[in-house]
Amino acid sequence: MTKDECKQVVLDIIADIAPDEDLTNVKPDVRLRDQLQLDSMDFLDIVMELRKRHGIEVPEADYLHLASLDSCADYLTPKFDALAAKR
Amino acid sequence: MQLSRIVITGVGLTAPNGNSLPEFRRNLLAGVPGIEWLDVRYMGRLPAGVCHYDPLKYQTRKEIRVGTRAGSISIYCAREALADSGIDFAAQPKERVGIYVGCTEHGNVETENEIFAISKFGYDTKYWSHYHNPRTVANNPAGEASLNLGVTGPAYTIGAACAAGNLGLIHATQMLRLGEVDLAICGGISESIHTFGIFAGFKSQGALAMHADPSRASRPFDLGRNGIVVSEGGCLYTLERLEDALARGAKIYGEIAGYGVNSDASDYVLPNPVRQAECVRKTIAHAGLEARDVDIVNTHATATPLGDIQECEAIRAVFGEGCPDTHINNTKSFIGHCMGAAGALELAGNLPSFNDLIVHPTINVEQLDPKCALPGLVLNTPVQARRVDVILNNSFGMLGINSTLIVRRFTP
Repeated sequence: MTKDECKQVVLDIIADIAPDEDLTNVKPDVRLRDQLQLDSMDFLDIVMELRKRHGIEVPEADYLHLASLDSCADYLTPKFDALAAKR
Repeated sequence: MQLSRIVITGVGLTAPNGNSLPEFRRNLLAGVPGIEWLDVRYMGRLPAGVCHYDPLKYQTRKEIRVGTRAGSISIYCAREALADSGIDFAAQPKERVGIYVGCTEHGNVETENEIFAISKFGYDTKYWSHYHNPRTVANNPAGEASLNLGVTGPAYTIGAACAAGNLGLIHATQMLRLGEVDLAICGGISESIHTFGIFAGFKSQGALAMHADPSRASRPFDLGRNGIVVSEGGCLYTLERLEDALARGAKIYGEIAGYGVNSDASDYVLPNPVRQAECVRKTIAHAGLEARDVDIVNTHATATPLGDIQECEAIRAVFGEGCPDTHINNTKSFIGHCMGAAGALELAGNLPSFNDLIVHPTINVEQLDPKCALPGLVLNTPVQARRVDVILNNSFGMLGINSTLIVRRFTP
């Protein structure tokens, strides 16, 4: 999986959990919270949807890696790749 | 002690056959019911009352996703009531507003949904939603309305089975009289059709209605009735002390004249006509009236074979003699049983009678059960009344809770 593909996975999840938000110009290097109306429950939603849709686990200690699209991609892409390798 | 007079100044509702009081009333007078087929999880197609209001009128998509159907119904009804009341809500001190929402039950919908969701993951509870607790706490339907409206006064639900709609109004009346709040948003709501459990429970009791034509499934007092049509709905009112309503030149729908609540203390589910009659009598006395002063009795009757007969027995005991002008009707024949919303919605459907003097009928009565043949029963077509000054509304619930409310035409 490329990092751009990984960012799209995260954006697809955010589109469902924050359906009123305009996601066309989300800046990848800016904290998601600073540009979108997302609260702590929404981040738990992102964690839950990664688990449900993709079988990806994000331990609580790693939640900080979900801060921006760039940090999501850096953190999640190896997880997706590791999962794909197992399959 | 001189109690404050409490008046109804706004109505917001969603019913299976109308999303505003004018639309609801129009359909009650035109004989238009609102029961349709609904696919119920595990059970298949059943007759049910579904509301078709637009949740996006007052909520964002995210609020709808995070919140509950019960919360959404509350928000819609509360906002509609406030708009109808003409109150300058922006200028209203929000700590002086109370929200009192009657509920039959709450949380079953969300719990069933979560169990269904984790069933797709081998019942592993790590897939259980973090929203489960805020969605299922008993105050959720009132709490969501407080969040949406920015109300910082008391906001909670009143659990009273199917008597809850009346209880919302009664409790609000008491809180206004105690001076706890200056404006009450109150009544009842139900999202029950989204839980299969309520349908399955009534079916196991032998109390779930079935009919080839869903619009004819809810048939109180008819010999062919075979049970309850489960419906969702909501009706919230704005209540104010009379002096406040008059000071702002409010339109007044009617005055809360009296109320009564009691308990059967006799059975989990079977009604008790002796206690029901006691509740009605004590409400009439509380209003300072005689039975013959009551112009409309809106019955609770849910179309169960036994329950209807027992309520008729109670009504006969109170109104049987010397009440030639008392009309008796039933709203569930149009909208099914809206559970926690029933009392509040059914009252709303009758309030316009103060203006038009028309009593809406009980529909779907093809062959009147002789045991339900009360004098004054309005069957299948509306009746023009000589006088409508007093409306009495019955709502009863499981575990034997009875509630009766009397609303009187407002006269200064």
